[in-house]
Amino acid sequence: MQPSDWPLEIHRELTAAGVTLVGYVPDAGHKRLIELCHADKSMRAVVLSTEEEGIGLAAGAWLGGQKSVLLMQSSGVGNVVNVIGMTKECRIPLVSLVTMRGQQGEFNPWQVAMGQATRGVLEAMGTIVHEANSAEEIAPTVNAALRLAYNSYVSVAVLIAQRVIGIKSFQEQTSQ
Amino acid sequence: MNATLHRRDVVGELLKDRKDLLVVAGLGSTAWDITAAGDSPLSFPLWGAMGQAAMIGLGLALAQPRRRVLVVTGDGEMLMGMGALATIGVQKPANLSVVVIDNGRYGETGMQATHTSSGVDLAAVAQACLFTSASTLWKTEELGPLRKKIHDEPGPHFASVKVLAEKIPLVLPPREGALLKNRFRRALLGESADLI
Repeated sequence: MQPSDWPLEIHRELTAAGVTLVGYVPDAGHKRLIELCHADKSMRAVVLSTEEEGIGLAAGAWLGGQKSVLLMQSSGVGNVVNVIGMTKECRIPLVSLVTMRGQQGEFNPWQVAMGQATRGVLEAMGTIVHEANSAEEIAPTVNAALRLAYNSYVSVAVLIAQRVIGIKSFQEQTSQ
Repeated sequence: MNATLHRRDVVGELLKDRKDLLVVAGLGSTAWDITAAGDSPLSFPLWGAMGQAAMIGLGLALAQPRRRVLVVTGDGEMLMGMGALATIGVQKPANLSVVVIDNGRYGETGMQATHTSSGVDLAAVAQACLFTSASTLWKTEELGPLRKKIHDEPGPHFASVKVLAEKIPLVLPPREGALLKNRFRRALLGESADLI
């Protein structure tokens, strides 16, 4: 069986859902998806100083009638906690695609605390969490998250498990 | 130099005959200022999300490239989200202006000093972050040209308007976030926005 090209599949889901704005703080796990979004003339990919800015960006875009997604690593979830409350108070749809660290096989101990707290922190702020624990699950899960968020005006995060991304050492990460 | 401008006069002047300008205001005093100038469904006054006013303005400006977008916020709010100036400078939205009403104080919490009262220069930061124009204003006669930039000239523009640190009556907009969002989208996108 061919290995799944899940970043390309996510990009297809974003296109099909009419997403035209992509805010991101880079993560090695999102490298290919970020490149696909930058190469797509129908999308605008906006690099952020901090993940928190992505919530403001998404809120402003929705006020203006545009659909967006936010790409980040699990550590970034800790940076958005207070402002994600705006999506709940205002019923602003938000889709966050989160590549997980601090899980299975993590090599950097400083990633573990936030990685292990990611789901709890999101749920505490009223975000609905979907997990994708295999490559094949990712595209259908992103599809479901986009439908849920934009049909029901809620914040939904897809957590893409570390074992799917498969980074095992710092050396492998930097050589990507 | 000491500030002599009154914040409500400044915001009133900038929002005079605002036409179809889209306005985002940072939480606290600037939300009250834009409301005192006349509440509008095309105003989005924040009651939280401190640090995000400029980024909401960016999202709106990118989504609505044919409309002019003005962010009015305080120095404390801008300092909390200063990275947004870099993000905006890189995106270069020609239709966005960010105006800081700078009294050098955290007005809602007891008028504690912000960094700008010690000389931190937000306009210099915006300049360094590649804004098309960035200036610090002290005088009434500078407001007309700023208003013209907001409405007519390619940006992004940044201005820090130095104002008196004064306690003035609150003029409160509606509080409920969903209401503020829905009224804005209806006024901008039409009633069909409810069905998207």
